Amino acid sequence: MQMKLQVNGREIDVPAAALDKRIVEFLREDLDLTGAKNACDIGACGACTVLVNEEPNRICIKRVKDFGGQRILTIEGLVAPDGTLHPLQQAFVDCGAIQCGYCTPGMVLTAHALLLKNPRPTREQIRHAIFKNLCRCTGYQQIIDAIEQAAPHYPARAPA
Amino acid sequence: MSKSAAKCWRNDAYAKVTGRAKFTDDLKFANVLHAVPVYSEFVHARIVSIDTAAAEQATGVVRVLTARDVPGVNRFGQIIRDYRIFADDKIRYYGDVVAVVVAETREIAIHAAQLVEVNAEALPAVLDPEAAMLPDAPLVHENHGSNIVNTHVVRRGNVEEGFKQADFVIEEDFQTQTIEHAYMETEAAVCVPRSTDGVLEVYGSMQHPFSTRRFVAVCLGVALSEVEVIGTPMGGGFGGKDDTAAVVCARTALAAKLLGRPVKMVYRRDWSMRESYKRHPYRVHYRMGVTKAGAITAVQCRIVADGGAYCSVTPWVTWRSTVQCCGPYVVANVHCDTFGVYTNNVVAGAMRGFGSPQMNFVIEQMVEIAAERVGISGIEFRRRNMVRQGSVTITGQKLDGHKVAMEQALDTVLSEISYEEKLARCAHGQGDDDELYGIGIAMSYRGVSLGAEGVDFCAAIINAQADGSILLEVGVHENGQGAESAMALICAEELGVNLNRIRYRRSSTSNIPDSGTTVASRGTIMGGGAVALAARELKSKIAEAFCAKLGCAPEEVRFKVDGICGKTDGERIGFADAMRQMWQMQRFPFALGTFKAPRVSWDEHTGQGDAYFTWVYGCQAVELTVNRKTGKVKLLHAVAAHDVGRAVNPEMVRGQIYGGMAMSAGYGLHEEVKAHGGKMTTLNLNTYRIPRSMDLPEMKVILIENPDPVSPTGAKSIGEPANEILAPAIANAISNATGRRHFALPIRLGALPEPTMCGEGCK
Repeated sequence: MQMKLQVNGREIDVPAAALDKRIVEFLREDLDLTGAKNACDIGACGACTVLVNEEPNRICIKRVKDFGGQRILTIEGLVAPDGTLHPLQQAFVDCGAIQCGYCTPGMVLTAHALLLKNPRPTREQIRHAIFKNLCRCTGYQQIIDAIEQAAPHYPARAPA
Repeated sequence: MSKSAAKCWRNDAYAKVTGRAKFTDDLKFANVLHAVPVYSEFVHARIVSIDTAAAEQATGVVRVLTARDVPGVNRFGQIIRDYRIFADDKIRYYGDVVAVVVAETREIAIHAAQLVEVNAEALPAVLDPEAAMLPDAPLVHENHGSNIVNTHVVRRGNVEEGFKQADFVIEEDFQTQTIEHAYMETEAAVCVPRSTDGVLEVYGSMQHPFSTRRFVAVCLGVALSEVEVIGTPMGGGFGGKDDTAAVVCARTALAAKLLGRPVKMVYRRDWSMRESYKRHPYRVHYRMGVTKAGAITAVQCRIVADGGAYCSVTPWVTWRSTVQCCGPYVVANVHCDTFGVYTNNVVAGAMRGFGSPQMNFVIEQMVEIAAERVGISGIEFRRRNMVRQGSVTITGQKLDGHKVAMEQALDTVLSEISYEEKLARCAHGQGDDDELYGIGIAMSYRGVSLGAEGVDFCAAIINAQADGSILLEVGVHENGQGAESAMALICAEELGVNLNRIRYRRSSTSNIPDSGTTVASRGTIMGGGAVALAARELKSKIAEAFCAKLGCAPEEVRFKVDGICGKTDGERIGFADAMRQMWQMQRFPFALGTFKAPRVSWDEHTGQGDAYFTWVYGCQAVELTVNRKTGKVKLLHAVAAHDVGRAVNPEMVRGQIYGGMAMSAGYGLHEEVKAHGGKMTTLNLNTYRIPRSMDLPEMKVILIENPDPVSPTGAKSIGEPANEILAPAIANAISNATGRRHFALPIRLGALPEPTMCGEGCK
């Protein structure tokens, strides 16, 4: 049995032997997408976060076979093909939101999902959105600053 | 990019924000083997045998290593060589490693690790540090003769006289907990035997490449030149990636050397938490004598630090606690006895703050308690006793030669947070509202760098190329704090060149001289000092080469706007052009800078001396509410002001302070490593709770810059000062909110009593 997976806009044919792998290992080892980190193995820290159909997902506790046909965005897929940073990434750089960098990929993706859904969040809503992503370096202050600074780059959603 | 163009500049930001930065576990090598540690279920036991046969026979297992396989020395330590790379004679704590399984995959190794059988005779475990000090206590290290690792004292003035002068004597007992660094990246190492010359290349997550190299070389019985530790991005350290990280590298290197293949060892979170050293839990008995006028006349204290199973840096951690045992206050009569103690608990070692967070929790509450007894505000009490320009510390050091900015830091915070006005609104457990409001403050001074703890010097190499590009390497390590960026900014500023000329060279222990460990908040002052001195030497070489051409004396050559010029800006040579010409003149634009810490002194018998060559000053305040029904604490707002000497990369300095405050909030309210009978039960980030975004308040940071004359760049320290006072500020705020004081960390509040007409805490 084979399975297809869309990763960063690319169709991936998943070999049968890989179906039972943890998806974080499949991304890191088979696809060399090492931005997602394996820091707790139990879904407690958020360092492995990627977006699945634009929703943050902690993939250290899930198998490849759980993601058939789904769209996965990893941190490697956020940057433009010419290497230009996404405005959210640029805001992280400019606001000093990066220290050791280990939580950064998961944090940026969680923030990206928030801003796609709610492009004008309050600081409290930002705090709430990144609640499950642990950072030991920054105290989150400059991360929240960065997300706030990037928000205007996301199109405001038409009122329903 | 010029410095001013960027609000914040980091040489590694692009790589980290795009996921391209390769941390140790991200590195791939062909033919790599995987190693995992093996623990036992013992806490204290004499080893009879370790049976590895079943594990070794498992398919895919290549070898199982134990102490027998160590060709060099199995015991190491920076102070006492008692830390085993593999447990040999005894198991001394739950995190002791008895073996390492090396296999073709990590899964196979993990599975086989369960097949290793440890036969041992259980011994009585000593888990209470006070009990460990008793004469009949079981010994953790028999050859040490007792469980007391070290003692320190301060003897100043005459405490008996001092207490006689006092109108009040306040006496309290305090207790602090074991906490975990909880760096997001666990310990990890890859070791690759280089086929060309047999040198062992080590890539790993550690904050001390040079001590790692030392431990690897000693373990393998090879020369330092046979091991090359190569700088690799590190996912956080906070003081925690020294001893344990080095041992992980040593075990990995041993496997790689014996098997002739690359070996990777990446710690699972539960192994990391079980084995890695922690912050020392303290018990402190504190007596303070004060007069009606609010002057401290005497302090007597007894400090007991649980160092766990191995010495690690317990003598140095407790030394800082001793030197700073009265906080930033002048006390004429002091009698302090400090004990570092072996137990069968998890090893305690270096952690950001290094013996100060425990003591500040004590002192900054004691001054508030004393002020209340005297009947003046805590702020006024602090003002009457704090260090000022020219004050003499409790160890007899005169504070001059730098700006003593204690009151400046205090005033900055008071004004920013409107402290006095908000203090009047504190609930003290009274009122109808279920949310009890409180504000609290704490301040500290801190000796910069290692002090009389040890050898303190640092190297930097600036190697300008013929095209005007510059290679910079410094003996400090990038722990994630932005050390490399700070070094590059200092280099660019000193040389007057564009920042984009500078490439920070990937560090290697085979290139830069051993400059010690990147701890003690010494990175910027020591590394930056070395860079500044290297740049000044390079400038004198360049000036000598071009002074004739510029028609001036060498000392008149000026370095600015990416070039050099003489007395007037008209005669200017661009930097790249100058470097090309130097190549033709056969002069190398190369310089080695060495910054040595100024002299410090210490008398171990009296606890007197010039303990540190300079000091920093900081103050933090916090507002919070406590829910009367649930005891839940909500942090509302926090403010910090720190004198950093000079802020080289201001946004990164702020980042250090925000992060330090967050960690201190966790220390105050949430974090605790728990164990049952010596067996740790908090083994992952679900049960060990570090602060999340919702736990923290908005924070405001104010940088105070009083450039320090003894620092070549004017810059001092911030990593640890930021992390040592929010917990006591929280304790003081909780007291102001509830009318109840808490003497143990973390502060745990249950439901509070209903307000009374005039209950406890009522004035």
